Amino acid sequence: MTPRIRFENVWMTYGDQVVLERLNLTVAPGEFCTIVGASGCGKTTLLRLLLGEETPSRGRILLDGEPLPAEPGPDRGIVFQRYSVFPHLSVLGNVLLGLELRASPVTGRLFGSARRNAQDEAVAMLEAVGLGQALRKYPTQLSGGMQQRLALAQSLVMHPRILLLDEPFGALDPGIRRDMHELVLRLWRENNLTVFMVTHDIREGFYLGTRLLVFDKLRYDPDAPQAYGAGITYDLPIGQADPETLAEVLGRPPAASRKTSAPSHQR
Amino acid sequence: MKRLINQRPGPVSTAALALLPFVVLALVYLVASDARLAENPNDKLLPSFSTLAESFVRLTSEPSQRTGEILLWQDTGASLRRLAQGVGISAAIGLVLGVALGAIPLIRSGFAPFVAVLSLIPPMAVLPVLFIVFGLGEVSKVVLIVVGITPFIVRDLQQRVQELPRELIIKAQTLGANSWQIVLRVILPQVVPRLIDAVRLSLGTAWLFLISAEAIAATEGLGYRIFLVRRYLAMDVILPYVVWITILAYLTDFLLKQISRRAFPWYHTGEPGR
Repeated sequence: MTPRIRFENVWMTYGDQVVLERLNLTVAPGEFCTIVGASGCGKTTLLRLLLGEETPSRGRILLDGEPLPAEPGPDRGIVFQRYSVFPHLSVLGNVLLGLELRASPVTGRLFGSARRNAQDEAVAMLEAVGLGQALRKYPTQLSGGMQQRLALAQSLVMHPRILLLDEPFGALDPGIRRDMHELVLRLWRENNLTVFMVTHDIREGFYLGTRLLVFDKLRYDPDAPQAYGAGITYDLPIGQADPETLAEVLGRPPAASRKTSAPSHQR
Repeated sequence: MKRLINQRPGPVSTAALALLPFVVLALVYLVASDARLAENPNDKLLPSFSTLAESFVRLTSEPSQRTGEILLWQDTGASLRRLAQGVGISAAIGLVLGVALGAIPLIRSGFAPFVAVLSLIPPMAVLPVLFIVFGLGEVSKVVLIVVGITPFIVRDLQQRVQELPRELIIKAQTLGANSWQIVLRVILPQVVPRLIDAVRLSLGTAWLFLISAEAIAATEGLGYRIFLVRRYLAMDVILPYVVWITILAYLTDFLLKQISRRAFPWYHTGEPGR
């Protein structure tokens, strides 16, 4: 099977500063990769590379065996921690937007029966994330958790090949965050997604992922901290994508799955 | 006793505090005017409130002997027409250029320094050029307003476009948007309420240039009238005109604010008092 994503000896440098070095990574379709590591260790850079916002200084990235496009596109959806939804569009308008853009390159809008069909699709997606009652609201009228639900629906309605999550629940209360974990796992399973999720919370990483990637410096020179970049120091399989195991993981109370201790090198 | 910065007036005191400076100003004028008129009943500098009211009624009801029209309405119509044309053209240019400069790096690199230099030209210094090129008619007055406020609106809008969160532009691309669609569906709708803000801020400047142009060469208009009757020290005409212009400026600003609130409710959530 062709890997969904393949990093081949990728380096990322800004001038003298090496951010990522010798990065090799193969991710199969359907994997849920959670990415943890200290600040400034290239987690976000990895996400920007996957988005196409940055291009590698050396090496190459393949998406389904083809070179990754050098700019963001509809095959890679993203949810940021903030500013993921459009404030000027209603909840429905936000999810409808992608469908309208795809179908109408000049006006970016749909009319008549095409619009009604797209609307049905958008409403179904919004109901799947629990926003069926808030179609006419504007994002500023939603809570933080609901805004992130909206951002997920907005991305998933485009059926991206990869879903990128950049600390999507970092600003949420613990209770809300737990609900969002269940939602993300359900959406991942139902839509057959490949997910890359950056998080600060290592327990979240263990709980959600099928694979945990820990980023840290591979070498360190105290006289020149910029000289060496980060890479993957741990690549831990922590689950299996098959439905039985998943159901088992989901059936367990979250606290039980969080007993797994963090790797000792974590500062 | 709470700290001064934590003391907030109630609704009644808010209204009373807002009125206070106006009342004080009126009282000061009244006292000064009375004092001068007691000394010389023919004093023209500070006419009494009754004289001001009389001349305001005359200006708004009696047709002019020369043209047969009511001067205040004629002047107001002429000035507002010029102002609307000037500000409208500026807003249109500002929106197009501002979005182009803000959204497209190639255009920004090419034209932003040029616009920055152009905006430093003092508009009044080129007024003679406008008179020479466009004549002394309506066009030169409208163009002066355009020259005066367009650079500000362009640069302000460019700034607003660049201030839109990077995440939103990325997100639009992950939804498959091309550059045109991003401008049309993401940038423009978010920038229009900000354009209204920029227009509101530049209205004062627009009035400045309008009155200046009318003072120098015109046959009608609020600024023309004020500068015409200055020769006769006709404070009883000038002062009502100044108050009238202030009211017009206030109403225009209020109207734009209301339009923005009605048309872009999402932009105004989180404002105080809502």
